[in-house]
Parts: sequence; C-alpha cells; structure tokens
Amino acid sequence: MPTVAPLDLEGHVVGVAFLKGVPFFAEATGAIHRLDLGRKTTEVHEGLLSLVVDDANDTLLTGGEDGKVMRTAADGTTSLVAEAPRKWIAQVAAGPQGAVAYAYGKTTHVRLAAGTTKEFTEERTVEGLAFAPKGLRVAAARYNGVSLHWVGTSGQPIDLEWKGAHTGVTFSPDGRFLVTTMQENALHGWKLDAKPGAEARHMRMTGYPAKVKSVSWSAKGKWLASSGAPAAIVWPFQGKDGPMGKAPLELGTRADIMVTSVCCHPAEDIVAIGYQDGMILGARFADSKEVLLRRPGKGAITAMAWNKDGRQLVFGSAEGDCGVVDIAG
Amino acid sequence: MTETSPQKPIPVTVLTGYLGAGKTTLLNRILSENHGRKYAVIVNEFGEIGIDNDLIVESDEEIYEMNNGCVCCTVRGDLIRVVEGLMRRPGRFDAIIVETTGLADPVPVAQTFFMDDDVRAKTELDAVVALVDAKHLPLRLKDSREAEDQIAFADVVLLNKTDLVTPEELERIEATVRVINPSARIYRTQRSDIDLAKVLDQGAFNLERALENDPHFLDQDDHEHDHTCGPDCGHDHHHHHDHDHHDHDHDHDHHHHHDHAPSPIHDVTVQSISLRGGEMNPDRFFPWIQKITQTDGPNILRLKGIIAFAGDAERYVVQGVHMIIEGDHQRPWKDGEKRESRLVFIGRDLDREKLERTFKACEAQPN
Repeated sequence: MPTVAPLDLEGHVVGVAFLKGVPFFAEATGAIHRLDLGRKTTEVHEGLLSLVVDDANDTLLTGGEDGKVMRTAADGTTSLVAEAPRKWIAQVAAGPQGAVAYAYGKTTHVRLAAGTTKEFTEERTVEGLAFAPKGLRVAAARYNGVSLHWVGTSGQPIDLEWKGAHTGVTFSPDGRFLVTTMQENALHGWKLDAKPGAEARHMRMTGYPAKVKSVSWSAKGKWLASSGAPAAIVWPFQGKDGPMGKAPLELGTRADIMVTSVCCHPAEDIVAIGYQDGMILGARFADSKEVLLRRPGKGAITAMAWNKDGRQLVFGSAEGDCGVVDIAG
Repeated sequence: MTETSPQKPIPVTVLTGYLGAGKTTLLNRILSENHGRKYAVIVNEFGEIGIDNDLIVESDEEIYEMNNGCVCCTVRGDLIRVVEGLMRRPGRFDAIIVETTGLADPVPVAQTFFMDDDVRAKTELDAVVALVDAKHLPLRLKDSREAEDQIAFADVVLLNKTDLVTPEELERIEATVRVINPSARIYRTQRSDIDLAKVLDQGAFNLERALENDPHFLDQDDHEHDHTCGPDCGHDHHHHHDHDHHDHDHDHDHHHHHDHAPSPIHDVTVQSISLRGGEMNPDRFFPWIQKITQTDGPNILRLKGIIAFAGDAERYVVQGVHMIIEGDHQRPWKDGEKRESRLVFIGRDLDREKLERTFKACEAQPN
C-alpha cells in the first residue's frame, strides 16, 4: 500500500521537485521548503511565479514577482541568475549546457553558462518557454503560434503558426514533436522532423471541457498525458505522425471531478493523476488499472514530481496541503 | 485554476479614459485614502503612480480573439495571467483595479471576466469607470471611436476637469455623455476628487445588485417622473437648489436630459435604444434575446433590462456585453410595483424599429 507523508504549508504551491532525492515545495509566497532531515525553508522570492528543474545540475530555477530569476541547489543555497526590476518573471526554462531562459513581455532572454546573453523579441507576449532536448534551441509560445530560435546563431527563427493564443510549450523528449497548451480548451502539436520545405504537419488535440494546465511526457516520449478533463487524457505519440487520427486514452475517469495535474512515471507507462479535490490516482496505460495514491484533501493538486527511481511522488496543492507518496509503502 | 475556492469572488474595477483624463490621479486617491481596503492594481505602465505599493503590476495589453469565429469575442490575455498570479495569494488584497491605456477598448477587458472560466471563478467585474476630460472631450470624440466606446461602455462616468470649462460648455458636455450612455451615473469632478464609495463597490455587473441600486433604472425617457432621481442625478452640484438646510436630500440634481435630442456635439455614433413593454412570454422572449445577441451582438456594447414574465412572481434581470448575455431572477415584484418590462441597448447601427417591434411581439397575450 502506498503511504503518504504529509506536509502542511500555508498557501498555493506553484511547483514541487526532487533534488538529489530531497523533496522540494515552492510556495507562491516565494518560500521554498525542503524535507531534508526535517523541514527547512528558504525565502527565495517576494512572490514566486514559475519553477522548472534544471536536470543538468540538479537545481531549481524560479522566476518571481520581484523580477528575479533564482537558482536553488539541493542544499537550499540560492543564487541570483538574472534580475529585471518590477517585471513579473512568469516564464523560466532550463536548457542544455547550463543555459537558462526567462521571459517577460515580448522578449525571451537566454543566458549561457559562460555568462553571455541573447535576446529574442516576438511581436506578442511570450507565454511559454522550452528548450529543445538537443541543440541549443528555444521555443517561445505566443499568440498565433510558436517561434523557434537557435541560440548560437543569428539566423531567422522558424515560426510555427496556428491561430489562437498559445499559453505553454513543450518538446517531446526525442525532439520530434512540439506541443502547446492553448487559451481555448485544446492542445496543438507540430511535427518537427518533416522534410525541409514540406507542408507543416499540425495536430489538433481538442475535446477538453476545460483549459489544459498540465501536460507530461511518458518515458521515452511515447505518450503525452494532459489535464483539462475529468480524466487524464493521454495521447499516443509512438507513431511517426503522433496522435493524428488516433483516439487518446482516458485514465482515472471520475464523474465530475476535474484533473488538474498529471505526471508520468520516469520508467513505467504509468501516470500520476491529481484532481481538483486533492485526490491522486496512479493509472497504468496498458490496462487502465488504477491505484489510490492519496485521498482527497483541502485543495486542487497543482504540482507533482517523481523521484529518479520512480518510487516516491512529491505533490503540492492550491491550499498548501502537500506531501510525499511512497509507492512501496 | 479550477480548484474550488471558498472565498468570495474578488471585485474588479476597470478604469478607462484618455491620457490626461485623470486616471492616475484617481488611482493615487484610491491607493492613498484611508479606507482600510487594500487594492491590487494592474496598469499598463507604472508611469506616475507615486504610491509605494508592491501590488502594482505592469502588464502589456494582449488582446486574444477567441477561435470561435466571432469577431467581438475578445479577451485580455495579460489579465488572465496576472489575475491568476494574484489569486494564488488572495489574502493580500480586497479588490483589483485595472487601469487601461487611453486608447484601450474596454470590451475585451470586461469580457475577460465573463469568458475566461478561471478568471470568472475567482473574481467578479464590479464596474467600468470612465474618466472624461471635460475640456478635451469634443476633440476626442472627433478623433476616435475609443473615447465614445469608453463612455458608452461605462457604468460610472467622471466628468473631470470641470474647472477648465464654462458652465455652459459643461452642460453641453454632460448632455453629450448622456446621449452616448443614458444609463451611466455621471459625476462632475475636479482633479478626480470623488467620494470613492461612488466609484468602488458598485456591483454594476452583479445581476442582483446592478439594477436594484438604481431604482429608476432606464428611466431616461420617463417624462412623467420629473421629480424622481434618474440615474444621471448623482453629481454633487447644487446650483439649482438652495435648500442648504437639508441638502442631503438634494445632492442629486435634476438635469433630466431625458429625451433623445441629438447631441449638441455632432460626432456621436453610439445610440441607445430603450424598449418598454408589458408582461412577456418567456417562450418568446428567450429565443428573441438569444437571436438578437447572436445576430446583432457585434453592434451591442451593453444591454440591461428588467423583465416581467407573465405569471412569474419575481423580477427577471438581464445584462449583456456584445454576444454574452446572462440573466436571473432578482427578487419578488413588490406590491403596487408596475409589472412592466424594460430593456436598454447601447450600441451602433441598431435597428430601433425592428427591436421595438420584435420586443413587443414577445409580450404575453392576455387570455
């Protein structure tokens, strides 16, 4: 039986992570807590807006209402990466070779490990950022599409156009696909490995009753799980054309309780599904079998992360009731 | 976020008005007066707000068209993001104020609070307040449609900088504002000096409160009520009354420009159409209002109404913005209250004759 070690925090948890096996919880207030032989807290921002894990060096990158981009290490030490006074840093991304990207307004700022910086300005506000898994390439989601920039060269960006507001962006782990979350209740995908000059291949993933706020690629990128429905909607990406013409899996279906967060297991084809009422289920893709990981709590699940061996799951909620699930119990 | 939120929705006030109309001055008053409430303010640029408040958020106007083929279904993407961020820490403030740029279209701002599910779940639009520079309004109306849209869309209009015009000019300006928007409350101000209770916490989009606040809602062509207080009677000028010994009874004055006389300034393209009828048949009214808002939605800026349905003990209130319409029962009809249906449209290129005729056709037939 899975067991839950709870951690009660004050308010909305923006992100969670494991760094060197230590669970981390980042609150919207700017406090970052870690469970390392007891609870330890570091005040990192005056208001925390965004969080990603920098896998290259096992640190957290966060952006704040205070205009700061901060790096937090597994031992809780922090360092300032960049600062733009009075701007809300709502987008941060971690890239290969220690590269960091952040955005406010219409401009993406990329800071390379050597300390050099590059800027890429769009016509509209940058709403989502992601680095490609290979090569120093950054994607900026914006109104009516995504702009792809090679950081190291001064060439023209590749513009992937699709009408509407794109609010987030993610590359598949193999780099073959790019998927955005949208203001409307849909995901949109592009196939990136088409031959040069070939017509753009679009993937429209629609039918959600709510906005999709959370997406997660399964191990090796074979599936993309998503929130925005009273089940986890899991699209197949094994084929060369991704989910085109295929129906998604619907896992962990509940009558009228929306899924608010999804997180795929690092090795198995299993997804952790967090709901609006705080419940968490684990569901297996092969046979849709479900296991209860956490009973309903005070607030909607806002963030989840697995540890490297996939035995522990850290979660956070909108009301601060957090914890760590041990799968083996 | 879609999580359940136990707290009351946070009220949002939208400030519109041209550059120089006095928005920043009003904002500084709101932030510095000792009213015991805390405000988060969303501005286009920090500009001259002199108040030290870490809840002033700068935001680039970002218009989203919705992918539903409707040209008027626009929202403000930046507001969706900022409101979501603010609402993660709701204990910090009691209300939100959105200051728009001088040229901003107020409609996407307002529609954000109806069309985005996440924003709608946590906040409610309280009122749209337009500041008008009395001196420069005629020029603005010649220049641009936005100035007119801002007035047409407002619940409260502050006719500001009244010290810069003659009383005659001011009368003409106010008459013009009234022609553009017969249902807004108009206050005359200097240096944006206004009792904040007349600007904040208006509940203008709240179906229960909106029309109740305004006992003579839609009375602008109600000539038989010359001595009641129309919705335009909130301003604090006393020059027609000398009853100083009890002037709390008379701080509303009776400028009833309650006719559809052409504006003294001939650049107004917005029109308002007031409809009045008897008791309505709901089986006719609802399809009718749906059809009107679908077909004429792009031309409708605002609509408000109180509907008496035959055999229904309660007043039904409706309001709309472009193609968005919502309605609900409000309260029981009072004894002696005249059971009639009224509806006001503010917009452009509306067919008055058609609206009047088709509205009438929704009346319940006496048995």
